[in-house]
Order: sequence, then structure tokens, then C-alpha cells
Amino acid sequence: MQETVRIVGVSKTFATRSGEVHALADVDLTVGEGEFVSLIGPSGCGKSTLMRLVADLEQPSAGTVEVFGKTPRQARNDQDYGIAFQQAGLLPWRTVAANIALPLEIHRVGRAERKQRVAELAELVGLSDFADHHPDQLSGGMQQRVAIARALAERPRLLLMDEPFGALDEMTRERMQSELARIAVETGAAVVFVTHSIPEAVFLSDRVVVMSPRPGRITTVITTGIGRDVARDEALRESPAFFEKVTEVREGLHGVPVRSPALEGR
Amino acid sequence: MSAALVDPTNPVPETAPVARSGHRGGLWLARARAVGLGLLGLLAVAGLWEAYKALGPEDGVLVGENRVLPRTTDLAMPHVWDMVQRLGEPVTSLGDAEPLWRVVLDASVVSLGIATVGWLVGTTVGLLLAVLMQRVRIAEWGLLPWIVLSQTVPLIAFAPVVRSWGSRIEIAGWEWPPWLSVALIASYLAFFPVAVGALKGLQSPDRIHTELLRSYAASATDTLRKVRIPASVPYLLPALRLGAASAVIGGVVAEVSTGYLDGIGRLLVSYAGQASGDPAKAWAPIFGAIGLGLVAAGFVALLGVLMRNYRRGEAV
Repeated sequence: MQETVRIVGVSKTFATRSGEVHALADVDLTVGEGEFVSLIGPSGCGKSTLMRLVADLEQPSAGTVEVFGKTPRQARNDQDYGIAFQQAGLLPWRTVAANIALPLEIHRVGRAERKQRVAELAELVGLSDFADHHPDQLSGGMQQRVAIARALAERPRLLLMDEPFGALDEMTRERMQSELARIAVETGAAVVFVTHSIPEAVFLSDRVVVMSPRPGRITTVITTGIGRDVARDEALRESPAFFEKVTEVREGLHGVPVRSPALEGR
Repeated sequence: MSAALVDPTNPVPETAPVARSGHRGGLWLARARAVGLGLLGLLAVAGLWEAYKALGPEDGVLVGENRVLPRTTDLAMPHVWDMVQRLGEPVTSLGDAEPLWRVVLDASVVSLGIATVGWLVGTTVGLLLAVLMQRVRIAEWGLLPWIVLSQTVPLIAFAPVVRSWGSRIEIAGWEWPPWLSVALIASYLAFFPVAVGALKGLQSPDRIHTELLRSYAASATDTLRKVRIPASVPYLLPALRLGAASAVIGGVVAEVSTGYLDGIGRLLVSYAGQASGDPAKAWAPIFGAIGLGLVAAGFVALLGVLMRNYRRGEAV
């Protein structure tokens, strides 16, 4: 079986005015078909950079990145992935429908097909009633849902997300997580998800990749064991298995066992 | 006209008010208020004029040798009503002379036409230069200094040159008409704010938007069409307004310096020459020129209304 993403021995250094910064050092990672993988770590650990290498928004200094067995550039040209950032990044002069249609317009999808696909996507993210609204008339959560719909527009088999819920309030965030989990199952797409929230990573992922800074490297990879068929709902958030994995990721992040019951109560 | 004078290098992006309340009555009230305030301002200027004329010393206000406020004689400051009345009277004492307002209006329409051509040419050139500079970094480094330098050449220095070169151009029986020299000079002034403002606008899209388009493997042309040009509108509108004001002022001055006879520029000069015998008449073409500026500014304001969708602030 072909891997969705294959990263082998990748390093990335940025030349800055004050010398070279080692953003990533010797990173190996594979993402399987339909797998949900979170990258977690403190600021400056290179998790966003790693995702951007996959997206061909940056080039590695050493090592190789393959996406569906191709170079990232080829994968980008073939529209093999959809991408969403921390900011929704909607074009303010376009309506919700026109924002979702943007990638389809650029790839010369016919008007009728475009209209139909936009309607499907608006339905998928629950924004059918807001298709004619402009971004400034939407809440932050709704804007982010539009951005996700836009990322899904071309039925990518890989979704790259860089802290997409980072700017949302906790309530909205939890609701969006459940929706993303549902969408990931419905579309069968693999997801590379950058976050700095431990519960978010555990809740959504098949595997959580824990990274450390300076230079950015992978310290540990934790398999959550929460299958795709398990419903992402409140019950999961309150289950002991979930807490156990949250603790495991937290220990991975801090590098030492954390055994305070008070901390585990959340 | 001076309302359009903003710094071309730093146009503050205008954002349309986000709230679109459904109060139609409130909207009309706001419009009526704006019109009322405008009229009030006009009245205030006329009132100030007449008040100074009535109360100020006849010889003006002098500080030492320097007159800092004008004489209040009818020669220097005709009554407001005299100026208005003069507009309705014939231009000259000849029997079949047209009324003054008619002559001023005709000349204003001619000047407006020329300024419009100049503005359109200048805007087109400015936009093309901006696109070129945005696309090719070297072009920005190479061109921008020249564009800035071009505006330091005094208008009256090159106006006669343009006219003299133009008069020698003849292509297959078609002769370069004098008005085209005026329009060319107007466009020379109009292209500058458009080029600078549009360049800034084209460079204004957020990184997230350009990266998004990159992730779509979009061509530079698509990026320009779908993101850069729409995003440039808030920068472009003040630039277009400034360009329109420049085209009007440049056109009027160019008329004078190239000796063009049918526009408001010549009326300004020749009526000023008659001011000693007919002081109110000299003000008529000034009103015409003000009217020109208002029409030009109004036209760009209309463009702004048409493009209001592109002026939405993104609420994050």
C-alpha cells in the first residue's frame, strides 16, 4: 500500500539575520491512507514548518518528502491536498459560496458542476443558509467552516491543517472538532493536523506526533487507539481511555511522568 | 478640489461600515443631513466673504509691508450676489452675446472632456505600470525612482514642448489635434498617484491569501485577477480620486501653457485680464473650475459605491 505522506531524514534551516535557525532536524514520518495524524509541540518546534514542507510552501534543506509517491511540487500542481490555516483567510469581497468556489474557479471547473459542488460542501459544513453572506457577517467558527469547505472543494485525499481552531473559543472549538472528525470519516481523507492543544490532538487523531524545539525533532509518537469508527462526542471526552492518552501525550511533551491527579481532572 | 488631496504614498484603506442596519428612514435622514451640511458650508463661506467685506478695512490687513488679507473694495472682492448675477448677464456688451454662464459651462464641458481622456489614459498607464512593477521586482526597483522623478518636472516647462512635438505629428493624413497635447499632459499628472497607489494595493494581499493561491498552483494571472486586483480597490480609490483631481488641474494649467483656446483655462486668464473693468466676471470661470473638480470627485465617488463589495473589512 502506498503511503499518503513519506518524510525521510528531513532537515530545514532558515537563514536569518542573526544566523541560521534549525527549524527541523532529521525528521522521519509516514502518514497512511485515511490516517489522522496530529503534530503537537511548543512554539518553535517546527510543526508548522513540517506541514508546510508537505504543502510545498517551503523546501527541505535535506532529506526527501513524498506525497502520494510524488514530489510535493507535483502533488501541489495535481491538487492532491487541501489546506486550511489558523486564520480562515476568506476573501472578504466574496460570498461564502464564492469563497468555497475559488479553487474550483482557478482549476476551470464548469459553472454547473461548480454550483453543485459548492452546494454539497455548504451542506457538509452546515452553512447552506449562509451561502450568500459575506465573511464579515459570519462568526469566527463559521468562517473557519467555510475555510474547511474550501479546502475540501476538490475532494483531496489529504487535508493539511495548521492550527485551524487556534483562534476559536473553547465551546466553538469542541464543536468544530466533532465536525472535522465527522468530515474526515465521510471523505476518507488523510489529515495532517498541527495543534498545540493536547486534548484536541488526542480527540481527533489516530496518531499524535510529539515534537520538541531547537532543533525541531520528533520525540515520540503516540497511537491513541481510538478508531475511526468511534464517535467523536462528549462521551469520548469523558472516557478514561481518553484521559490516559492525554496524560501520555503530556508526559511525552514534558519528557517526564506527570502523575498529579489534580491535573488529570480536566 | 482640495478634498482629494491626500498623501498618495500612504492611502489609508477605506473600509465600508460593517453594520448594515435595515433602517431605510435612518439612511435618508443621514443623506438629507449630509446635503444640509454641505449647503450650510457653502452659506458659511459666502457669509464669511460678505462679513469680511463689510467689516474689514478697505485697504486690507497689513502686517508691516505685507498685506495678509485682501482689500475689501468691489474691485478686489465683488459681492457674492454680484458674481452670481454676472453669470446671468451676456459675456460682452455686443447685442448677440451669449450669457456668461453658458460660455463658462461650454468651456467647462470641453475641459472636462479633455481631463477625462487624460484621466483614462493616465489611469490605464498607471495600472499597467503597477502590474508590471508588482510582477517583476527589477521593474519596481528600476521604474519607481523614475516615476517619482517624473513628477518633479514643472508642468509649464514641458507643456510647450509637448505642443510643439504634437504639432509635427501627422500619421496618414491624421493630424495631432491641440486638445490631445492637453490631454497628454493631464494624463502625465494623473498616472502617478494611480501607479503608486495601485502598486501598494497589488502588494497588499495577506500572506495567507497568496499562499492559498500558491497551494492551488494558480498562475500569476489568476492570482492577479482573483486576489491582487480586488484587494487593491481600497488603495486604488483614493489614488483614482487624486488622479482625477490631478487630471483636472493639470488639464487647466496645460490649456494655459499650450495656448489651447476652447477650455476653461483660457477663460480664467482672459477674464482675469478684464477684472479691472468687470471684477465679477473674473470669478465665473473659477466657479466653472470648481464645478469641474466636483464632477470629477463625484464620478470617482460613484465608482467607490459600485465597488463597495471590495471595500469590506474582513471581520476575523
